[in-house]
Amino acid sequence: MKQRLLIVEPSEVIVEGLKTILESQSRFKLLEPEVSADHIEERIIATHPDVVLINPTLLNKSVSSLRSEYHVAVVALVYQYVEREVLKGYDGVVEIRDGRTVIIETLAQASPVAEQHNQNNYELTKRETAVLIQLAQGKTNKEVAEALNVSIHTVISHRKNITRKTGIKSVAGLTVYAMLNNLIDESALL
Amino acid sequence: MKDFKSRLFSSESRLSDLITAHPSLLSLLTRLGISLGFGDRSIADVCEASGVDTSFFLLICNVYTFNNYVPSTATILGTDMTGLVPYLEKSHKYYVEKRLPHIERHLDSIAQELNGPIGKVFISFFNQYKQEVEAHFLHEELDVFPHIRALMAGERDKTYGINEFLQTHSDIEGKLDDLLNIVFKYLPPQVDDDNVLDVVYDILRLSEDLKKHTFIEEKIMVPLVHHLEKAILS
Repeated sequence: MKQRLLIVEPSEVIVEGLKTILESQSRFKLLEPEVSADHIEERIIATHPDVVLINPTLLNKSVSSLRSEYHVAVVALVYQYVEREVLKGYDGVVEIRDGRTVIIETLAQASPVAEQHNQNNYELTKRETAVLIQLAQGKTNKEVAEALNVSIHTVISHRKNITRKTGIKSVAGLTVYAMLNNLIDESALL
Repeated sequence: MKDFKSRLFSSESRLSDLITAHPSLLSLLTRLGISLGFGDRSIADVCEASGVDTSFFLLICNVYTFNNYVPSTATILGTDMTGLVPYLEKSHKYYVEKRLPHIERHLDSIAQELNGPIGKVFISFFNQYKQEVEAHFLHEELDVFPHIRALMAGERDKTYGINEFLQTHSDIEGKLDDLLNIVFKYLPPQVDDDNVLDVVYDILRLSEDLKKHTFIEEKIMVPLVHHLEKAILS
């Protein structure tokens, strides 16, 4: 199975350079790159990357929360000075002066999580579970978005994934599911 | 026995051969106005004796049996459709009075095996669904069917048009699929499997039946009404 890679980087030169190196490798599937981290969560939910390669200065969210919420490995793309402490949290560091082989190896080895995460993983992620719980309590997409501090698009993407995994579409059905799985109890029902 | 598997049915075939080849059609007979005990008579003979138009009978059987079969407008307009509204009404009655209560009884006994609050939510999910289905049917019975009857009698009531129906025609099988997933995937192991299997088969059957019912409304009833509405205006 190919490793799905999402590059988040504003510089076209760097993106094109990485593409040239990585496209020669059949192990990677390059997703359409993002120029900023503004919509990164929506993109992750929509395209299921295994690895996100991102300039640490762009990321406005902690690496560990991205990793646990979406089961992605996050690799730092570094071409200016970045504090060593910051880089510790990443699953790997690609330096702009690294050679072809090193870059490929760093990305390939970035994540043990990447291997088990694919379309056949039907377990709900932490974030999906959080959305499910809110929905089961009768909240609208908008209310869920506000409660979890994410956009409505993000909530809708999560809902799609929840339905794909459970086979349940309606909110009423999701409520029964949530109760059967002890995610909510009677007192939580509005 | 003739091979029914690969072609549409003809009126010369024995009704019993048709049923043997496609047993699920059995549940259609009563709704179409045909009682059991038809012996070895041909489809045409049985239909005539029961006062059912043979080509209408065959049309419905073909739609139920062949998933890819979409009758052409010519076929629809060339068929006596007097039986359509009574058939749809009887189907509603069959779903509401027979199938849903049947499923409900199974679900009730499953709910008793679940702990209190979960059982309650489980049952209320089904009740909510039942109410939606009944409201959906009621709308058709109060607005759509009288409209068709009037058109067939040559009258045009200006208050209702079939386009309105298409805009509001909601999906009534979706929640049934949710129920199916909940019942066979997520119930705790303490629930008796026999009970679960019974209700799974019932839900699957009803879901298939409702899909065909929706198909008949959207692909046969709607084109027919469009034609009648146009014919009466000109």
